[in-house]
Amino acid sequence: MSRKTLIPIGPYHPLQEEPELFKLYCDGEIVKDIQWVTGYNHRSIEKLSESKTYEQVFFLVERICGICSTSHPFAFANAVEEIAGIEITDRTKYIRSIIGELERIHSHLLWVGLAGHFLGYNTVFMWAWKYREPVLDLFEMITGNRNSYAMFRVGGVRRDIENHKIAEIRRVLGEVKSKTDLLTGAVMDDPVIHARTKGVGVLTRQDVIDYGAVGPTARASGVAIDVRKDDPYAAYPLVDWKVITSEAGDVFAKAEVRLLEMYESISIIEQCLKGLEKEKEGEINVKVTEIPEGMGNGRAEAPRGEVFHFVVSDGSNSPARHKIRAPSYVNIATFKKSCIGQTIADATITLAGVDPCYCCTERLAVVCDAHSGEKLMNAKELIERSAVRTASLNKEFNCNK
Amino acid sequence: MTEESIISEFTAKFKPDILEVARKNQKRAVITIKPEAILRTAGHLYKEAGLRFIIASAIHTKRGFEIYYHFSLDSAGLILNLHVVLDSVRPEIESLSNMFNASNWIEREMHELFGINFLNHPNQDKLISEGNWAEGVYPYRKEFKSVSEEKK
Repeated sequence: MSRKTLIPIGPYHPLQEEPELFKLYCDGEIVKDIQWVTGYNHRSIEKLSESKTYEQVFFLVERICGICSTSHPFAFANAVEEIAGIEITDRTKYIRSIIGELERIHSHLLWVGLAGHFLGYNTVFMWAWKYREPVLDLFEMITGNRNSYAMFRVGGVRRDIENHKIAEIRRVLGEVKSKTDLLTGAVMDDPVIHARTKGVGVLTRQDVIDYGAVGPTARASGVAIDVRKDDPYAAYPLVDWKVITSEAGDVFAKAEVRLLEMYESISIIEQCLKGLEKEKEGEINVKVTEIPEGMGNGRAEAPRGEVFHFVVSDGSNSPARHKIRAPSYVNIATFKKSCIGQTIADATITLAGVDPCYCCTERLAVVCDAHSGEKLMNAKELIERSAVRTASLNKEFNCNK
Repeated sequence: MTEESIISEFTAKFKPDILEVARKNQKRAVITIKPEAILRTAGHLYKEAGLRFIIASAIHTKRGFEIYYHFSLDSAGLILNLHVVLDSVRPEIESLSNMFNASNWIEREMHELFGINFLNHPNQDKLISEGNWAEGVYPYRKEFKSVSEEKK
């Protein structure tokens, strides 16, 4: 028996800033086995949820993921509305779908950028993240937040998208569409990307069924499952769109599915905006008096696949049990199939191929004076502030001898 | 296959094993079965009827430990919940992980958080709290109190 070398990736991932540990057992350059270690950041959200009211749980589940932060409230709302038998208004349906699809666009752009970064193709990384910014700005205009939008509640949404904002949304979408064309062209026609991703990390149809994989990971292997089509919710049955699939099952197919899905998302949003114009402004909530005893299976199609929430209610104001299944839970398990037999260099992009969920919500806020418009903190002041902080840390850890 | 034909075929085939069938609406069903029938019933749903295993949820209630196995028929949008009630003192049930890998991690998780034993599971090691949690303490059981709850 040959000796195997253990190559660790993590617990702090060099590229994706979230703690997890992949142990790659290698023979020479070939990965022979893989083991995933997790739990570094377990927050026990399911248990916490039992101590919160239904209204509070939305803010809790929103913080499961910083990128697809609307998909968990979406699925939770579907579950609770199923228990109580609540029928939401059409305007709410359109608003929910618009938020969901805008999120899909910025999440897929983020993945394309990261995938480029993994391959050492940093132009794609910088382009994709640059073009993602207008989508986040749009979110700030609609919801007040770039991430964690706090839009959902039982029986409705917290904020309306007023009709005078629709023109601006259309303008940004047009911009995003032209940039997506550019990016799709750059990725699909590039011989280096073809060489690095075609035939790499192949997941067969049978593997997908065996591991129960969902989302673009499943659709890239020819399994056409999409909750938006299969178990329609919000405005998805009211608009015309198609499920994107690919057959090859490799990393290239996953990239292809995600890039083409962005066009579908843009088309869904455009149709929803037309729907919004027909509905009366302000009709975004229905009255909810109580959540009766019962249970609900709520699901929503997040950018990474099906999010599943199972809520049991005992008639009180908080869930008796709340089970959450994020798509990465089933998608990450497929590494056992896709990574083994690959070289170490290919394993890294294969690990990124399912788009495991990472959080990146740090941002810089620049505050302007309301009267003079002057920036209250300029670049020089920021640098000085940073230097002071570094000096205090050095002092704390006794680094300055 | 439609949701109606799946459920009628299932109830006809496993009549002696079924304790209760509840339909919330057309797309949601809860079928309570005897725990010893889990392998053949889940096997039928996965292999013959072609349903996808979504996840399983355990709950600690007055009746004991209950598990809902959530299956999805994607072509019809149906979620079929297979429901079992296990003994409150020695909860154990046959593992599904030898049939499909999708249940491997969730069974480990339920073993770790609720103390439910899955018979013939290939590897029931801890999934979440490896190395930093006491043996035999199950945080998702109702009798477990978190630090903030104990202070009250």
